[in-house]
Amino acid sequence: MDAETKAARKQLVEDVLAEYPAKTAKKRAKHINVYESPNPDCGVKSNIKSIPGVMTVRGCAYAGAKGVVWGPIKDMVHISHGPVGCGQYSWAQRRNYVSGGVMGVTSWVTMQITSDFQEKDIVFGGDKKLDKMITEIETLFPLNKGISVMSECPVGLIGDDIEAVSKKKSKEINKVIAPVRCEGFRGVSQSLGHHIANDVMRDYIVDKAVAKNADQHFESTPYDVLIVGDYNIGGDAWASRILLEEMGLRVIGQWSGDGSVAEVENGPRAKLNLIHCYRSMNYICRHMEEKYGIPWIEYNFFGPSQIAKSLRAIAELFDDKIKEGAERVIAKYQPMVDAILGKYKPRLDGKKIMIYVGGLRPRHVSDAYSDLGMEVTATGYEFAHNDDYQRTTEYIKDGTLVYDDASEFELERFVKALRPDLVGSGIKEKYGTQKMGVPFRQLHSWDYSGPYHGYDGFAIFARDMDLAVNNPVWKMHKAPWKKGE
Amino acid sequence: MAALRQIAFYGKGGIGKSTTSQNTLAALAEMGQKILIVGCDPKADSTRLILHAKAQNSVLSLAAEAGSVEDLELEDVLKTGYRDIRCVESGGPEPGVGCAGRGVITAINFLEENGAYEGVDYVSYDVLGDVVCGGFAMPIRENKAQEIYIVMSGEMMALYAANNISKGILKYASSGGVRLGGLICNSRMTDKELDLAEALSKRLNSKLIHFVPRDNIVQHAELRRMTVLEYDPESQQAEEYRQLARKIHENGGKGTIPTPITMEELEDMLMEFGILKPDDESIVGQAKKVSA
Repeated sequence: MDAETKAARKQLVEDVLAEYPAKTAKKRAKHINVYESPNPDCGVKSNIKSIPGVMTVRGCAYAGAKGVVWGPIKDMVHISHGPVGCGQYSWAQRRNYVSGGVMGVTSWVTMQITSDFQEKDIVFGGDKKLDKMITEIETLFPLNKGISVMSECPVGLIGDDIEAVSKKKSKEINKVIAPVRCEGFRGVSQSLGHHIANDVMRDYIVDKAVAKNADQHFESTPYDVLIVGDYNIGGDAWASRILLEEMGLRVIGQWSGDGSVAEVENGPRAKLNLIHCYRSMNYICRHMEEKYGIPWIEYNFFGPSQIAKSLRAIAELFDDKIKEGAERVIAKYQPMVDAILGKYKPRLDGKKIMIYVGGLRPRHVSDAYSDLGMEVTATGYEFAHNDDYQRTTEYIKDGTLVYDDASEFELERFVKALRPDLVGSGIKEKYGTQKMGVPFRQLHSWDYSGPYHGYDGFAIFARDMDLAVNNPVWKMHKAPWKKGE
Repeated sequence: MAALRQIAFYGKGGIGKSTTSQNTLAALAEMGQKILIVGCDPKADSTRLILHAKAQNSVLSLAAEAGSVEDLELEDVLKTGYRDIRCVESGGPEPGVGCAGRGVITAINFLEENGAYEGVDYVSYDVLGDVVCGGFAMPIRENKAQEIYIVMSGEMMALYAANNISKGILKYASSGGVRLGGLICNSRMTDKELDLAEALSKRLNSKLIHFVPRDNIVQHAELRRMTVLEYDPESQQAEEYRQLARKIHENGGKGTIPTPITMEELEDMLMEFGILKPDDESIVGQAKKVSA
């Protein structure tokens, strides 16, 4: 990047910080930076408590544990344990699609069940209610394969013993009952919820299944892999899975998008763990590596460059049959890629995008945009840690604006100053951005579209970005009193 | 009718808060005052001497049975005992579960909303020994008790507790109208007890309301689940409680903002009275020597 533009970006950061009280500015200054290539990290601090009073976009531990990690497991009933609000507002999950089964009979992902705490449950404790509720769930939904107890704030405050209740009831119904201590006040963001959820999955399903050798009929092959950290938003995991299968691998489970208890139990039988969302599920991959010697590799299925790179990197860990398989898959889809790029690249070439999401996407989607000729001018994470920002440097160019735990105020100012051709963020940012006359796509829910992973996903991704950027509406929004100017 | 007096008895656990308060309130009733006792202790035993009952059905246990506190009527929870003293217990969970503090808040809100305070001269809150969370500070918060009486004795821990409770009162004194009414010494016959009680009262910018001597007749009455006033109205002890009641009655509006002291100052004071010996720093942290 030329020195002038870079200096202007640095000045922009200064200007935005100048709006804050001195103490806030000092703290926020550590979280916003203009990237200097080839530094090994983005130069921002992360995983620190948000500043009180600012409109942070972050969620809580419950959101991370239920909304992300446990909620997508389709054959379990997930209890929102506490007052009704947390359950109500997390109803129907995050567009993590499920296949097979009958809703309410063998699958419960889009249903919601809550213990709906009342005053007396706070005063006298909610353990008895939880006990009764598990009995009722077992009666109403006898085909469930297990139950998770997602603890809301008050449960932690009054010191309920959900572990003891879970243990007792698990013996009674002979199924997994996982107590997840994901009270929202714990940690600085949803990130701790992911970690807690991983630990409970380890202790209550994975290690127990290995110890008792669950599913003795499982027949291993040398090509067994496990997808970890794909939540199947809009069907992402399906669009990924077919590529792995086409190259000759056998996918023995999806954690946790469209996943099941059996897939979690059989996870440690994989020869290789493939992790997509590193942030939310690296913990369990590390555990399986340490305890069961299963190697893991991060992969990226956004856009043809990264897909090909990832397929080859995965194949590298297997024999020639798989290596050939990877090349075959890449070659097979090349005409499709050429057609997509032929159609959309001329329409999107040179356009600039600003990104602000969570998990893995602030870096992972970057090359998918590059494939389309677009450039990421700014990016950042809601709840990343240092290792995420180190990994981000592989993707971003010199001079990219990077922000951690950005507030709505900062985002608005950056959009105003940078005037990108597209902003990719969440529902809370969508309408404000569009009212500023800037095209927008939600990059959490894929804006009710998707999948975006894999080659099939890339076709949809390219179409959606074109729909947003080149929508004729953006040429019609000039104020009437400015006509003729 | 005079304005409603809202008072509360605090103090270290086991100091005799419930006994002292019930005897005093019985004496106030004898003076013609209309009294409501609100027990704020999960044990629900603040009203047993007035009702001659072991434990009263509490607001919260009845609410739990009925479904919620909204399902209750005032008559369900309000009992009348000796000299028409009205009694209610907040109740709460067994030890180790739930949130007793929230229980106190729920119960007091219920009583207020349902007009339990109408037509009485005194509301008296009897709060469990240690204020462990916000719930148990409820009675000294906005528009509840205006006068706090701390029951204490000459024992060291009782003095510590009295000072700590003063800190709690000070915290809410500026935001609400709560004041320290005074200290009540419930004698344990320790050394220099009266002097100590008076000295501490002075240090706390308060006064010793009354020194209640120890008398076994209190225990005799308790075995019968009665106050001394009812069991033996002619006794000297009954007279002591009448005096205490009169002093409290005349103390309306005379409460003060307490000036709690530091731990060090309190220990200095105890040393002054010979209750506490100076620390021998040479022996601190030294295990017993084993002879070779």
